[in-house]
Amino acid sequence: MSSKYETVIGLEVHVELHTKSKIFCGCSTEFGAPPNTHTCPVCLGHPGVLPVLNRQAVEYAMKAAMALNCTIGDVSKFDRKNYFYPDSPKAYQISQFDQPIGLNGWIDIEVDGETKRIGITRLHLEEDAGKLTHVDGGFASLVDFNRVGTPLIEIVSEPDLRSPEEARAYLEKIRAIMQYCDVSDVKMEEGSMRCDANISLRPIGQEEFGIRAELKNMNSFRGVLRGLEYEQFRQGEILDDGGIVVQETRRWDEAGGKTLSMRGKEEAHDYRYFPDPDLIVLHISDAWKESIRATIPELPDARQARYSEEYGLTAYDAGVITSSMLLADFFEGALHYTQDAKSLANWIMGDLLGYLNANNLELSDVKITPQGLGEMIGLIAGGTISSKIAKTVFKEMLESGKLPAAIVEEKGLVQISDEGAIKGIVEAVVAANPQSVEDYKAGKQKAIGFLVGQVMKESKGKANPGLANKLLAEVLNS
Amino acid sequence: MSLFEYRLPELHNMLHNKEVSVSELTEESLSVIARRDGDIHAFLTLNEEGARATARSLDDKLASGESRGLLFGLPAGIKDNIVTKGLRTTCASQFLTNFQPIYDATVTAMLRQADAVTMGKLNMDEFAMGGSNENSSFGVVRNPWDLERVPGGSSGGSAASVAAGEVFFALGSDTGGSIRQPASYCGVVGFKPTYGLVSRYGLVAFASSLDQIGPVTRNVEDSAYVLQAIAGYDPKDSTSAKVEIPDYLSALTGDVTGLRIAVPKEYIGEGVDASVRESVLAALKVLEGLGAVWEEVSLPHTEYAVAAYYLLSSSEASSNLARFDGVRYGTRIDEGGGLLDLYLNSRSRGFGPEVKRRIMLGTYALSSGYYDAYYLKAQKVRTLIKQDFDEVFKNYDVVIGPTAPTTAFKLGSQTEDPLTMYLNDILTIPVSLAGIPAVSIPCGLADGLPVGLQIIGKEFDETTVLRVAHAFEQNTEHHKQRPQL
Repeated sequence: MSSKYETVIGLEVHVELHTKSKIFCGCSTEFGAPPNTHTCPVCLGHPGVLPVLNRQAVEYAMKAAMALNCTIGDVSKFDRKNYFYPDSPKAYQISQFDQPIGLNGWIDIEVDGETKRIGITRLHLEEDAGKLTHVDGGFASLVDFNRVGTPLIEIVSEPDLRSPEEARAYLEKIRAIMQYCDVSDVKMEEGSMRCDANISLRPIGQEEFGIRAELKNMNSFRGVLRGLEYEQFRQGEILDDGGIVVQETRRWDEAGGKTLSMRGKEEAHDYRYFPDPDLIVLHISDAWKESIRATIPELPDARQARYSEEYGLTAYDAGVITSSMLLADFFEGALHYTQDAKSLANWIMGDLLGYLNANNLELSDVKITPQGLGEMIGLIAGGTISSKIAKTVFKEMLESGKLPAAIVEEKGLVQISDEGAIKGIVEAVVAANPQSVEDYKAGKQKAIGFLVGQVMKESKGKANPGLANKLLAEVLNS
Repeated sequence: MSLFEYRLPELHNMLHNKEVSVSELTEESLSVIARRDGDIHAFLTLNEEGARATARSLDDKLASGESRGLLFGLPAGIKDNIVTKGLRTTCASQFLTNFQPIYDATVTAMLRQADAVTMGKLNMDEFAMGGSNENSSFGVVRNPWDLERVPGGSSGGSAASVAAGEVFFALGSDTGGSIRQPASYCGVVGFKPTYGLVSRYGLVAFASSLDQIGPVTRNVEDSAYVLQAIAGYDPKDSTSAKVEIPDYLSALTGDVTGLRIAVPKEYIGEGVDASVRESVLAALKVLEGLGAVWEEVSLPHTEYAVAAYYLLSSSEASSNLARFDGVRYGTRIDEGGGLLDLYLNSRSRGFGPEVKRRIMLGTYALSSGYYDAYYLKAQKVRTLIKQDFDEVFKNYDVVIGPTAPTTAFKLGSQTEDPLTMYLNDILTIPVSLAGIPAVSIPCGLADGLPVGLQIIGKEFDETTVLRVAHAFEQNTEHHKQRPQL
């Protein structure tokens, strides 16, 4: 894309709240049950049924809204969004139109070291739809109503994002905040967090927004980034050619790596919102608000600042570690076993995240414990194991979750720091490699590296490398 | 004397004293239905075997001396928009011809709890949309007073079955007059409680903000009995009211001394038949004689009520009836044309013309660009109508007027003109919009047809409404008039 355009993005993020039961009936919200087993006349929309609002869902939504710095209205109400589709048994979705739970919030994101504030227009509560599976090559569709009625919050941002990277940073921050608030599993791959985007381009310096496309079906963080990048490129090409972007809804095709038109503006639904007469207006007292506010934990930004201040972590490291509550909790847990926050951060940033990313795993998928990593750092500092041995111990901890002392013991990995023992090995190596000794004595400094390597090999990696170097120099120079 | 001439408390004693058994009452009900319902057509589904089985088990209960519910052993009919588990519930719509509910409405469960005997499901206007019962997909109900006339609607089957002595009481539902107007046309007592007094859970929604279930009975005392059995907070209905339920029977003191009655001039003026007006004025005289005073007042926004009602109720209906899409239950017309065709065919062939008319009206009123002018404006009118009543109730205990402008009209005489048909509800609709209680009781005959007196009360003041109705009834013979069948 030519750089004469500015990209404008706004995101609509749906987050499933992990309440035990559905938003308007008592059915379980558990994921993965056999199809249509978590249903009842209410969520199936049978004639005559009525919704009863789940208080926990309201409280989670309030908590999330507060964590996103939204104002919580004193009065909130529910409206019907009318549309026909087989995943919606009532043919309307109970949602919120003009009096949502939260309004006018913001969050800060960081891109390339710059902090930027992104406005949040609103946060509202609604029910999820069922799940359709198309079979027989599109000739039939199966519907599973287990998901119907799962409480969702929809978080709508202002059009404040200026690049796909900013969009991703925003999305990651929303995920972290929801995770910290413990209101959702926020897993994009399982659909407990979903994202639609509005994206447009405008010539740099122009105030008026360009014509936007709404982008759907981006099912991962990578998908969001790639979808927006593609759309940015596509719209740029159109504008470069003097064309006009069509206002429409487009679908990200992950496999094809492109966006496809779903429906045009003229096919847009008229949802005929009106207040749901089956539900009463929700009055939210100050006392209720305060009781919810009191449950909000320290949020990612505050933790990040604290890690820099208390532990001297770089803003970047602190940012990465606090971007996931599990990781931040792991970090803090390990600090009970080591004072060396910097080493700890290095191990987390390097080996731990490196391993997880390379294997596409979550922290919860590996067995290593905060105690294990903390104690391992202590063993290195105390000279019990070398950094090299530590890599072996670390790998073992990932797999078994055992504590490092036990691994070292079991596998006999204790570092040899006994001068006599190492000297014996050194002498044997010197005796066995006369050519290298000769080279060394002839001034080829490189040869000592080979000899140290032989010592480490002979000691199965356990020789203290510093001592090995020192003793080798002594023997060679004697 | 027919068993049907006894009041519910009298029957209660007779059952207690073993002068009659539940099975005998049930057989009596079945035999009247067999004899008369061919003409009346109040029943859509007869629960013959179920009713007999219930009767037998209640007789066993009677023999064993177990405690008995408030409506013990009384054969009842239930309007067919109230769901009954395992008993076909059609809403008198082609769409639900074979629909078997998988759960019970709260009132259905309460009737069972009270030991009533469910005789079957009663005919009505399709999805409760209509005022003549001519909109039933399964044939009209005929007025027991004159088989050429309508029974009123939409609870036409409820009113006609009680008037014909087929059941001891019936449940109806009232959205804009659907209990009171047929009660008026059929010469029975029809009570619409305050919105929120009786649970709507299991009442197939027409207009959720207006729908209320209530009793249709032969006298006021019976009405109080049935209301006692079905009123009360239901956690399954968010719009259900958390109010103390008074003892309605003890409210029936017969004393109306000093009662202040407001008679809206809009309710007895133009458009109301002279004979209806005369009956109402005569009724007021009776109450005056008992120590009440009445004065003419104004409910100035009455003329806007019908328009506001049809916008609001149709808007809600357009959304409430959207679930009838042919995907999960009811009529499904799948001719292989894909999803849109499935929707279009199922809905256009499953629904009758009046239902479709209202869905279209409501869809239009909620559409983007029209919402403010129609739905929102109608909501504002609704507030003004409620304020009209609030104003009057500052100085009066009840509001009294006719229930309907005319007596029962001839079948087919208004079907070509929906607007005239809509105006039959002009005196009941404002009460529905205000959400307040009202009863229609017989107050005389005009040309051999019953006239209904509407007594309207303050929010949750059912007791005063019942007390006034009962006092009137005790001092008149109108409720003892029976159709010649």
